[in-house]
Amino acid sequence: MAKPYSKLLTAQIRSQTQYRFSFGIDLFFSTVLTSLDLVTVWVLFSVNGSLGGFGGREVLLMVGIAALSFPLADLAVGNVERLRVFVRTGLFDAVLLRPLSPLVQLVTMDFAPRRAGRVVQGTVIYVVALLNAPVQWSPVVWGLVLVAPIAGAVFFGAVFVFFATVAFWWIDVGEISNAFTYGGKDVSAYPMTVFGGWFRRFFAYGMGFAFVAYLPALAMLGRPDPLGVPDWVRWCSPLTALLVAVLAGLFWRTGVRHYRSTGS
Amino acid sequence: MLSTSTVRVLAALAGAEFRRYATYRQATFAGAFTNTVFGFVRCYTLLSVAAVTGQMAGYDPAQLVTFVWVGQGLLAVVNYWGQQELPERVRTGQVVADLLRPVDLMATFVAADVGRAGHAMLTRFVVPVAVGLLAFDFYLPAHAWTYALFAVSVLLAVLVCTACRYLVALSAFWLLDVRGAQMVWLVASGAGSGLYFPITVLPDWLVLALWVGTPFPSLMQAPLDVLVERGGTGHGLLLVAGQVAWVLVLVALGRVVQARAVRRLVVQGG
Repeated sequence: MAKPYSKLLTAQIRSQTQYRFSFGIDLFFSTVLTSLDLVTVWVLFSVNGSLGGFGGREVLLMVGIAALSFPLADLAVGNVERLRVFVRTGLFDAVLLRPLSPLVQLVTMDFAPRRAGRVVQGTVIYVVALLNAPVQWSPVVWGLVLVAPIAGAVFFGAVFVFFATVAFWWIDVGEISNAFTYGGKDVSAYPMTVFGGWFRRFFAYGMGFAFVAYLPALAMLGRPDPLGVPDWVRWCSPLTALLVAVLAGLFWRTGVRHYRSTGS
Repeated sequence: MLSTSTVRVLAALAGAEFRRYATYRQATFAGAFTNTVFGFVRCYTLLSVAAVTGQMAGYDPAQLVTFVWVGQGLLAVVNYWGQQELPERVRTGQVVADLLRPVDLMATFVAADVGRAGHAMLTRFVVPVAVGLLAFDFYLPAHAWTYALFAVSVLLAVLVCTACRYLVALSAFWLLDVRGAQMVWLVASGAGSGLYFPITVLPDWLVLALWVGTPFPSLMQAPLDVLVERGGTGHGLLLVAGQVAWVLVLVALGRVVQARAVRRLVVQGG
C-alpha cells in the first residue's frame, strides 16, 4: 500500500540531492534562517531577564517544543502550500486521476529534504531545554515529553492543510496561511502571558496555539497556568491536535469535492 | 544625464508596475492581513518586555507600538522578500532582450520597484497602521515636519532596498543560481534592519557597526527612528543623511557591477 508513496519520496530526495553543493547551501541557510527566531526570543528575553513572568529556562522549554514541532510539520506536510499552483495550472487533475490519496501525493511530490536540518536543530534545542529546565520528572511527564512535540507537529500540520485548502476557493490569498502557520509558530514559542486582550483569547485558546508548547511546558514544570486555565487542560494537547487534524481533514475533503479544474 | 523622453519611459514603467500590483487584489488583502497578525504578535512581545521597566532600549511603550505597526506597514513597501524576475531572466538568457532596449537595465529595475512601492504604500502600509492605531496607544510625532522627514526617509529606504536587491540579482551573472546569495541577504537584512527587534537592544559596538558598515538599518530602523523622533530632529536628519550616503554608495556599486556583468555576458548563438 505504502510502496508507491515511498517510491515517490525516494525519487524526490534523490533528485533534490543531485546537486550536492547547492543542496548543502540550501540546507545550511534554511537552518540559519530559522535560528533567527531563536535569536529574536533570546534578544528580547535578555533585555530584562524574563518574558511574560517566566524565567529563561522555562521560556527555553516552550521555545524548544515549538522549535521541534513546527519543523516536523513543515517537513512532513509543508509542501501542501503548493496546492495553489496545482489548482491554478490545473495540474491537480493529474493528481486526482491517480489511484492514490491526493493529499499524500501532494506532500510526497514536492518533499523538501532541506527542511530536515531544522528538525535536527529543533531536537537539539528541545533536549538542551529539557536538561536545564526544572522539569518535575514522573512517568506521566516522561510520556508528555515524548508526545508533546508530536502533538504539536500534528497540530501545525493540520493548520498547514487547513489553510492550503482555501486555495480551492480563493487562489491568491495564499499569504493568509502564513499568518497562521508561521504566525502560529511565533505565538506558540512565547508564554501566553505575553499576549493580551482578544488576540490572546482568539489565537491562544480559540485556535489552540497555547496547546502546542505553553500548556504542555507548564505541565512538565508542574506550574499552574497564571491565566487560570484548569490544571487538567494542560495535559490535553494530544486531544486538541487530534481534533484539529480531523477538522482539517474534513475541510480538505470538502475542498477536493469543490475542485472544478481550469477549463480549457 | 536623463533626457525627458527617458524620464517619460521610466514613469510609464513605474505606472505599469503600479497597475500590475493593483490587479492582484486578493493577494494584496492577504498580505495586509498577514502583516497585521504579525503586528499583533510583535507588538505584544515588545510591550511585554517593556512592561517590566517601563521602557525598552530607550523606547517608551507608545514608541514601541508605532515602531512595530509602522514597521509591519513598511515591510511590503520596502520590499525585502519580493519575487525576483531578473535572476531568472539572466539564467535563461532573456536578459539580452532587456539590454538591447534603449533604457538602462538598472533604471528600469528601480523605476518598476518605485511603482510597486507606491502601490504598497497606498494599500499594504495603510491597513496594519490603521489597525495598530485603533488597537493600541500609538506614538504620534510631536512636530509636523517629522512626517515630511519620514516620507523622505521611506523613499530612501525603498531605494536602498532596491539597490541591494539589484546587486543580489546581478550575482546571477556569476552564480546563475542566486538562492544562496538571496538567503544571505534574507538573514542579514532581517536581523540587521530592525525588522525583528529594534537593533538598539543589541550591544552598542554592534549597533554602531551596523549603522556605519552596512546598509541594513537604512531599510527600516532609520525611517522608524525618524518617525518616533528618537534623539530629536537633529538625529533624524543625521539618519536621513546616512541613507542618502548609502543610496549613493549602492548605486555606484550597482553601476560598476553591472558594467562588469554585461562584459561577462555571452550570447549563445543559434
